[in-house]
This record gives sequence, structure tokens and C-alpha cells, in this order.
Amino acid sequence: MQQIPGRHIILTLFLIFLLLPIYWLINMSFKTNTEIISTMTLWPNRPTLDNYRIIFTDPSWYSGYINSLTYVVINTILSISFALPAAYAFSRYRFLGDKHLFFWLLSNRMAPPAVFALPFFNLYSAINLFDTPWAVALAHCLFNIPLAVWILEGFISSVPREIDETAFLDGYSFPRFFLKVLMPLIASGVGVAAFFCFMFSWVELLLARTLTSVNAKPIAATMTRTVSAAGMDWGLLAAAGVLTILPGALVIWFVRNYIARGFALGRV
Amino acid sequence: MEKIVNQKAWLLVLPVFVLVAFSAIIPLMTVVNYSVQDTFGNNQFFWNGVGWYKDLLDPSTELGGRFFASLWRNLLFSAAVLAIEIPLGILVALSMPREGWRVAACLIILALPLLIPWNVVGTIWQIFGRSDIGLLGYTLNLFGLNYNYVANPLDAWLTIIAMDVWHWTSLVALLCYAGLKSIPEAYYQAAHIDGASRWAVFTAIQLPKMKRVLLIAFLLRFMDSFMIYTEPFVVTGGGPGNSTTFLSIELVKLALGQFDLGKAAAMSIVYNLIVLIVCWVFYTVMTNVGTERRPETGGV
Repeated sequence: MQQIPGRHIILTLFLIFLLLPIYWLINMSFKTNTEIISTMTLWPNRPTLDNYRIIFTDPSWYSGYINSLTYVVINTILSISFALPAAYAFSRYRFLGDKHLFFWLLSNRMAPPAVFALPFFNLYSAINLFDTPWAVALAHCLFNIPLAVWILEGFISSVPREIDETAFLDGYSFPRFFLKVLMPLIASGVGVAAFFCFMFSWVELLLARTLTSVNAKPIAATMTRTVSAAGMDWGLLAAAGVLTILPGALVIWFVRNYIARGFALGRV
Repeated sequence: MEKIVNQKAWLLVLPVFVLVAFSAIIPLMTVVNYSVQDTFGNNQFFWNGVGWYKDLLDPSTELGGRFFASLWRNLLFSAAVLAIEIPLGILVALSMPREGWRVAACLIILALPLLIPWNVVGTIWQIFGRSDIGLLGYTLNLFGLNYNYVANPLDAWLTIIAMDVWHWTSLVALLCYAGLKSIPEAYYQAAHIDGASRWAVFTAIQLPKMKRVLLIAFLLRFMDSFMIYTEPFVVTGGGPGNSTTFLSIELVKLALGQFDLGKAAAMSIVYNLIVLIVCWVFYTVMTNVGTERRPETGGV
């Protein structure tokens, strides 16, 4: 790749810009509230783990993380398993209304969640799923399934169709071909699609908050608890924030080699 | 690759169709239903026809005034973040290291902001910008700038734009990086032999190769900034005054705050239509660029 002048400076400055606010959050999470409010220091003078201890010992805090991870995992599994056959169909066949259907799916990825907040509340209350992880997982399918179909279609299209034909000639049934032949070939694509489903389900708050009240409350909603009559508990808020960054950082580590192509939605 | 016509492929698409239809069509019909009715509480609804739509599209009414004010604000915001993020993203992508562990390190750091829950992004910047406890606010005030995003609309705007640049420039950079990676080394060698300048290499080789991914980046960023809710809501709550009340914030205020179902529903429909039109333009352009470039790039 051709390089540009001053690239080290540009990149370094940008990475610092990205890391500085995160560093500040981490810094604050190790401080006591008195230290946060009374002094301005670049690192904690007396580092404390109290903020983290509260989160890990208080069920109303850590259950938020469990709730969030539950609906994110359900959503990722649902989205991928529904999207795989559809992506194959869009990639290999032409059928009545295929282009319109693809566009309609895509348009759901673009629909503003604010539009759906209220009707979703009514819908999931009516079918008794309100305040369960399933409600949030199903609601997030609205934008994650189209995305998964889109990414997987890109990856499947880069597998030559001769492979399908050879497999069928060898007597593979369709399900067996899909699992034994195609899946290993697009494994990285499945990984990338799962990563994106995880990502968009993990970061979304508006729908997750609207569709839960107590039992399935996501961590993002729990975090608003730090505002109390006694003022903001900044240290606790920062610690809770740091802990929401960790799952994402872990997931990035696993897909780091495919990340660039994945962001191009499998179609560069 | 020539696709085979096979109507049985519908069977493979059916599960997705049913699931997405369940989450998209039923709620949308509810919204349409609300948008033509009025209620005086007690779950009693009255037919109101297109009354709400008339109000909404007439800037002189209270509803229309609010709608257009937040629409312009939102368009201005989208334009501002696109104008910064697209060039900056290209620049960062061009600055990426060639190979080795540094590439992985850069990719991971770049992707980090994208995986932070949106309310936490808001929280990070809310803290970072505060003049009493935040590094940014404190430093700016130290230099004598009277920066306060809670009271001053301009500061609120700058904070939210900086936050969005921080949050999403990585997406543009990663997309462009993926586009750049697909350029064969031979192109550069040929350019070198021809004595092409760096600028010529950029405009003649790199930019055309990035066209497709830039299009994805442009439209994803437009859509997502057009429906932004959580981050500004956490940082400013739509204020000071109404200065950072974007479309989604206005809509949630109407629907879940005031429970003005009819007005909110009419606004939802118009909002959704705008998105749908932009999305259609996006899709048409995308598929055309696709057929143009596919044979030449050959897969990956």
C-alpha cells in the first residue's frame, strides 16, 4: 500500500484522541468520589477497587450484565441461524421479488429505533414477552437479521458455485452440504456476522430499555441508577462503564484478522 | 456469476421473512393506526383522518414547528459529522501501518469505540467534557476558554460533534482500509514506473477502488446520524433549551414522554418515509456500482 507523508503523526494523534476519553473513564473508576470532586489528577492518587467491588457484590448491578449478555447471545444465535439459508438463497438464486425483498430487509436496518419503541412495547406486552430477554432479542432481530443476511451474502458469493454443484453430484443432501461443505468455507464470514450482531445488540439501549422493567433490565439502564439525591456517584458510573467496554474488547480480539473485511460487509 | 432462477429459494428466505415481518410490519401497522386517530384518554380513540399529518407538515402549527426545527437540526448535524468523518476516515486509512503486529494493534484500537454501548459513549463524553471533573472541559477552561456544554448551545453542539467523530470515524477508516487492502501491489508499481505523483496515485487508483466502501460508509453514517438518540440524550438531554433535540429525541419525547400517540405516530411515519427514500437511493446506487465493478475486482 502506498504511504502518505506524515502518516505516523496523523495516526498517533488520532489513536490518542480515541484513547484519551477511555483512559479518563478508567482513571475515574479507580478513584473515590471525594478524590474525583476535590482534585484534578491525571492518575488516581490512592487507587481504590471499591467501585468495582460494589458492582460485583450487588446483585442489582451484576444482574444487569447477565441480562444484557443473555439477550445479546440469544439475538446473535437467532440472527445467524435465520440469516444463513436466506443469504445462500440471495447469493445463488433469482426468485420472484428477490430484489424487493432484499431492499425491504435493508430498509429495516435503516429504520430509526425510536419509531418502533412504542409499538414494540404494545406488541411484546400483548404476547406476554415484556420484560424478558426474548423480547429484546427478537426486537434487535429487526436490524441484526438484515445486517447478517447482507454480510453472509457477500461471503457466500465469494465461494465459487462449482463447489455446490460438485457436492450435489457427489450425492450430498442440501442440509449436509450446507453444514459439511459450505459452513467451513464461510466460517470467517459467520464469525464476522456474529461479531456484528453481538456489537449492535450490545450497544443498543433505546429498545432494550423500553422493553424491560425489572427482571431483564440491561446494564445500560441500570447505570442511570447512579444519579441519586446525594448527587452523582461518578466513580461507580465510571467503573460500570469500563465493565461494559470489556466484552466488546474481548470480541474484537477474536475477530481482529477479519475485522477490516467484515466492516466492508464482506464485499470489497 | 449468473444466478439460476429457482422459486424454491423462497423456502430458504421464508424464516427470515416471517421473523422480520413480525418485528417490522405489525408495529408499523400499529403506528399507522395511531396516526389517523385522536384520543382523550381512557383508551377511547376517534377517527382523525390526515389531521395530524396536516399539522406535522405545516411549520406554523406547534407540532409542525417542532418537527421542522428538529429535522433541520438533524440534517445540519448529519452534514457536519459526514463532512468531518469521511475525509478524516480516509486520512486515517491511508496512514495505517503496512504490516506486522502494529496493524492488529491499530485495528483493535480503532474498533474499540464502536463496541461501547451508546449510553456509555454518552457517559464518557459527559464526564470528559465537564469543566469540574473532565479532562477536556478542565483543560479548555484552564486556557481561559469559557467552555460549558450544559449552558452554552454552541459548546453543546461542538461536544456532540466531537463525540460522534470519536465514536464513528473508525467505521469509515476501517471500511476504507478494507478497500485499500484490495488494491494489488502491481498497480502501485505501474504508477511508480509512470512517475505518478502521490496525489495522482490517490485520485487515479485509491479513490476509485474505495468508491464502493465509501458509499457504504457514507450512507451508514448518514442513516445512523439521522436516527441518533442515545448519545446526545445522555450528554445534553436535548438541551440547552431545545438546541440539540434531534428527530429521534423529539419523537421519543412525544411518544413516551407526553403520550401524544397520534402526533408521534404521524411523525414516525414521515420520519420513516424520509429514511426509506434515502435508503432506496442508496440501494439503487449500490447495486449499480456493484454490477460495474464486480467482474474487475473478482471476488474479495
